[in-house]
Amino acid sequence: MRKHLDIISAYSIMLGLIILVGFLQSWSMALSILCLCLISAVMTMGANIQWGYAGLINFGIMGYTALGGLAAVLVSVPPVREAWQVGGLNMILCAFLIAFMVFSIRFITKKYNQSKKRSYGIAAIIIVGLILLRLISAPAIESIESVSPATTGFLGGMGLPILFSWIVGAFFAGALAYIIGKIALGLRADYLAIATLLISEIVISVIKHEDWLARGVKNVIGLKRPVPYEVDLQSKEWFINLVEKFNQGALNLITNTLERQEALKQLVIESSTVFVKLCFAGLFTVVVIILLIITQKALYSPWGRMMRAIRDNEEAANAMGKNVVKQHLLIFVLGSAIVGIAGAMMVTYDGLFTPGSYRPMRYTFLIWVMVIVGGSGNNFGAILGGFAVWFLWVEAAPIALFLINFFTSGLEETNAFRVHLVNSIPYFRFLMMGIGLLLIMRYRPKGILPEKIKHI
Amino acid sequence: MDYLNAIVLLLNYLFVPALSYGSQLALGAIFVSLIYGILRFAYFTAGDLMSFGTMFTILFTWYFQYLGINLGFLPTALLAMPFGIIITILYVLVKDKLVFSYYRTQKSPPVMLAMVSIGTMFVTQAIVRIVIGPFDRRFFDGEKFILKANEFKEMTGLNEGLTIKSTQVITLFVTIIVVSILFWFLNRTKTGKSMRAYSDNEDLALLSGIDPKKVVMITWVIAAILATIGGALYGLDKSFKPFTYFNNMLPIFAAAIVGGIGNPFGAFLGGYVIAFSEILLTYAYKKFFVYLLPASLEPDGLLQLLSTDYKFAVSFSILVIVLLFRPSGIFKGKVL
Repeated sequence: MRKHLDIISAYSIMLGLIILVGFLQSWSMALSILCLCLISAVMTMGANIQWGYAGLINFGIMGYTALGGLAAVLVSVPPVREAWQVGGLNMILCAFLIAFMVFSIRFITKKYNQSKKRSYGIAAIIIVGLILLRLISAPAIESIESVSPATTGFLGGMGLPILFSWIVGAFFAGALAYIIGKIALGLRADYLAIATLLISEIVISVIKHEDWLARGVKNVIGLKRPVPYEVDLQSKEWFINLVEKFNQGALNLITNTLERQEALKQLVIESSTVFVKLCFAGLFTVVVIILLIITQKALYSPWGRMMRAIRDNEEAANAMGKNVVKQHLLIFVLGSAIVGIAGAMMVTYDGLFTPGSYRPMRYTFLIWVMVIVGGSGNNFGAILGGFAVWFLWVEAAPIALFLINFFTSGLEETNAFRVHLVNSIPYFRFLMMGIGLLLIMRYRPKGILPEKIKHI
Repeated sequence: MDYLNAIVLLLNYLFVPALSYGSQLALGAIFVSLIYGILRFAYFTAGDLMSFGTMFTILFTWYFQYLGINLGFLPTALLAMPFGIIITILYVLVKDKLVFSYYRTQKSPPVMLAMVSIGTMFVTQAIVRIVIGPFDRRFFDGEKFILKANEFKEMTGLNEGLTIKSTQVITLFVTIIVVSILFWFLNRTKTGKSMRAYSDNEDLALLSGIDPKKVVMITWVIAAILATIGGALYGLDKSFKPFTYFNNMLPIFAAAIVGGIGNPFGAFLGGYVIAFSEILLTYAYKKFFVYLLPASLEPDGLLQLLSTDYKFAVSFSILVIVLLFRPSGIFKGKVL
């Protein structure tokens, strides 16, 4: 117990802060902060596996998050039959063509030795393949996008429950990570960072502009939820009874029956949003706990020890007969898959997929701040980082407002300087993040909860 | 005649815009490359430093406009630029003193410094947005065009017009001047040579009595100058918006790596490589071929290799290809 005192105290402070928000602002707000904290925690766990366990820098988190979100769309949206009829065949043909290209290139690289002829051959396959792809897909894409473009205009998904997408998202992100890892993992640390950052931008621009896939910047809205809807809840007998039971004391004070009915109705509406968010929070907590158990087990397994050995001294680990390249690829794929789960969770929670909102500041750099602040190499630290940084990110505006009012209290309300500061409150969160990151890196470079290595 | 029309068309829509965009990228890429060579880390604040410098240039421009000072047909921003540069230099030197110098003395790994530069990126971005706001701003004044499409048509009697904006010419001129001074400085002066020596081999440079503090300081000063000039030119040519500047960091990095990171001359050329390929691959060539081919062969598609939406993706794909086949860049990096 005493050994884990720092973890327990840090988490209770965090929980206390969220409960404080519930009392001071609203419970709905506190719960949405909690939900996004949990999603951020999953993302940081993914990044932490790569950075903390293996020392790999992955600045492509945004790309994997978006792929997870894409998975949510492709799994849950019902298929658009008309679009499949007009363009489905060509798109399937394209998929086969891509597979054929990949396999033929693999075949050539395996079969023949490196030579000029081989390079030209591969180049020819790629160029001819791309031209064919263009010719086959262009008319199909046009006809797919013209199928009632205001509502669909894309192929749609599989119409399965959205919870499956959490797994599919992991596979999508893992597959992308496999390709990127094959290309870029040989690079030096800072090159890898830049390369992954740029590749994630490519992924986003493809998702944004290929409208037949997921409507691009036209967004997909109204994804099905795994939890009940507020409107349904408000008419359910058991829910109203439950709310009545919870608020017995307050309701009994009102003697007028009509007023009492009115107050109950208001309470039901309020509690329905809280209940929905509670359901989400419960689902997310399950995911976080499962991942935490798995990652903790992995960290203290022989495999985890090997990863730390590779991280701390690559050459020595290599000399001991560990396959560094293979392990790096494995951990790159695993970490990215976890980020993919988080991406799918996020879209599930929002109920909509907006490719335009994926920006590196929010989805890559902020997640990295979380990892560094929380403590790299320590799963509890990573989760705490996700919680603390997201909490600060959301609550930065009220804090900044308070500080500005405090420091400029000598000035008049209409003072131009004060008005300007109050208007730019949203940007103080960047300042807080930056200063927080710099302070942590300077005075506690291992994070709030540093890595602890058990020696057996 | 048709051939001339086709050439003018390409000049107007491809060559001139690519040249000015490439110059703006090149200025950014050179300083990223310099910082990478001498301070040995990836400087993620690059885009935001450019927006910081541009912001102060804009503020001074406004002040001069308020005072009624202008340069006639040239934009007032040119006059404001030196003041913007001075403030940016002060800012980077203070930042170095407060933040980066600690990690240098600790001999932290480059990754750590890159992370720290992400911290300064957040701070710089916040400062810019708090001071001037996140909105789109135009601060160009003076004569807008050197050559208008109509004038060109009348002059030559061609169907296609050629437009040359004065900002494009200014960009090119300033870039040529700044870059030649920079390379003269790096190759001919003692300080420049000591910087190159420091970049090549730190220990040897220290042994031969080169003052690392001075080298680092000069590097930051050059970075601030290039960042402000590059950013202000970009803002004059297009417009100033903090978010665009942050995004410009990505093609700048691409340019620096394609040119061979740590090699300023490579970075300079890399800027043009990125700019030209972005515009060449996303341009619709239909009109060009309409001029060249006989009417019977006229193309019916747009003849566009990639849609303009993929402009950024092009430069990143080039980067990935270069990294795959020539990790040290086209022009061999790390020699300065």
